[in-house]
Amino acid sequence: MDAAARKLWIMNAAALAAVSAALLLAVGTGMVSPYIQDVLISSLINIIMAVSLNLVCGLLGYLALGHAAFMGVGAYAAALVSIHWKVPLSFPLALLMGGVAAAVAGAAIGVPALRLKGDYLAIITLGFGEIVRIIMNNMPILGGARSLRGIPRVTTIPAAYAVVVVCVALMFTLGRSRHGRAILSIREDEVAAASCGIPATYYKILAFTLAAFFAGIAGGLYAHNMGVLNPNRFNFDRSIEYLVMVVLGGMGSITGAVIAAVVLTALPEILRPLSDYRMLIYSLALILMMLFRPDGLLGTAEFSLAGIAGRFRRGRGDGG
Amino acid sequence: MNTLLTQIINGLHVGSVYALIALGYTMVYGIVKLINFAHGDVIMVGAYAALTLLTSAALPFWAAALLAILFCAALGVTVERVAYKPLRSAPRISSLITTIGVSFFLQNSVQMLFSPTPRPFPIRINVPTLVVGNLKVSGLTFVTILVAVALMAALEMFVRRARMGKAMRAVSEDLQAAQLMGVNINTTISMTFAIGAALAAVGAILYSTAYPSVSPTMGAMPGLKAFIAAVLGGIGIMPGAMLGGFIMGVAESLTKGYISTQLSDAVVFGILIVVLLVKPSGILGRHVSEKV
Repeated sequence: MDAAARKLWIMNAAALAAVSAALLLAVGTGMVSPYIQDVLISSLINIIMAVSLNLVCGLLGYLALGHAAFMGVGAYAAALVSIHWKVPLSFPLALLMGGVAAAVAGAAIGVPALRLKGDYLAIITLGFGEIVRIIMNNMPILGGARSLRGIPRVTTIPAAYAVVVVCVALMFTLGRSRHGRAILSIREDEVAAASCGIPATYYKILAFTLAAFFAGIAGGLYAHNMGVLNPNRFNFDRSIEYLVMVVLGGMGSITGAVIAAVVLTALPEILRPLSDYRMLIYSLALILMMLFRPDGLLGTAEFSLAGIAGRFRRGRGDGG
Repeated sequence: MNTLLTQIINGLHVGSVYALIALGYTMVYGIVKLINFAHGDVIMVGAYAALTLLTSAALPFWAAALLAILFCAALGVTVERVAYKPLRSAPRISSLITTIGVSFFLQNSVQMLFSPTPRPFPIRINVPTLVVGNLKVSGLTFVTILVAVALMAALEMFVRRARMGKAMRAVSEDLQAAQLMGVNINTTISMTFAIGAALAAVGAILYSTAYPSVSPTMGAMPGLKAFIAAVLGGIGIMPGAMLGGFIMGVAESLTKGYISTQLSDAVVFGILIVVLLVKPSGILGRHVSEKV
């Protein structure tokens, strides 16, 4: 590790520690109301969803419209583990099982679906997503449309935050690794990538499965936050909601997805006093955003401390 | 045997509505390569427009229907000009998100204007029931299928023969080449949206007479199914949309009749997946080999 990289690492670690400390302190001392805590948990869950969908839509460049279904699979798997297995550490185990179940579903859907491209892939993921939801609706063990109840409500802000940190860190390291570059090369030109010896199918399924895995964990967090699950919460509209987060943040930008997830979770809450007009404003904001910034907030760029520091340094140099 | 025939006729009834709506998806996709997620909500707007004209303005049925259709056509053109046209050269995903934004916007505006509670749709067509042997076909079903088939035939003629229809085919084949040949792209695209939205309005009125309840989110499900019908037949191909619509309607009706009502949507999506895996370009689609 050279000096610059070490400095960057220390800077990011310090920033992470500061944010974590502020968050934990705020929650621990009871400074924030339960309502805000709830919004925070939802934001954290949505960050995981947006960042994981960004792997498929942004990095791999494949449009997927069924991400909420994986969240649903994970949510139900995790909930069943929590309800039926009374073992120590059942919450982390439940989250893990939720992730694994969603990953299995992701691989099972990805293998046939990823043979298609572009709009066709979008449509087939939509179809699979809806089928998963309908199956969940008709499975007696899941409670079907009458909802699954009695899930322990154990999701806390630190737990969700920890998952977010792991997920985002993993996405960043993946993006810069050999595998991440392989995935990016498929986005740029699949035929060229394949002709350079990159196993395109393998990487496509890997990205899809990994995204499903994190969606499953987010589902587990969601299940243990709500305490009640209904399959219709994981419908097409919800998949669209996550897609909107990814696109608004900027396709391929992880930090963009994080910012968009937080903003889009908080915005309807902030607009709550306007009650009736709230969704109208939301939809107008969406249209205007796309008209004036079609590449999203950050485009493909990442928000980074090193970049800001670099800009300051350059600014001083120029001005001096 | 009799129930089977009845189910198939019911399927053709709802299928012809899907086909009309699917034509809008497929025409727009064929010409600007855009999945217009707001198309389903045009159905809803059409139904509300007809409802308002029938109840508040107390117009006769034919006048209300005609005005609702014109209103939807104008709406389709306006939406295209305001929201989609500026994004024609932007990344396709941005336009896709914009259509979703428009969809939310239409739903919520109607919700504000009319409240979210469903309203009954006053049926004003009285058609006698048709009896063939011991098979009864409701007059409404007969009229719906007839109107749909007639409109599709007219549209097919228009696209084949009329000057504007030829322009549409040219633009959908190659937008730039068509422009170089002197085709006015903007007018052609506007016309496509107008026709698509007008057909959706016809579909809306026919749909509301069959399921007489109108609500701000009523467009979502028929919209989605019509979209699947368009993909099933081969998106961008007009006879494909008609075929897809009929297949969807019949499959849905047969599943409801013989298997289970809850699973009818699953069967519909299942057909979609099988078709996409076996022949991704749809039933009538041509295979286009990729140039490297």
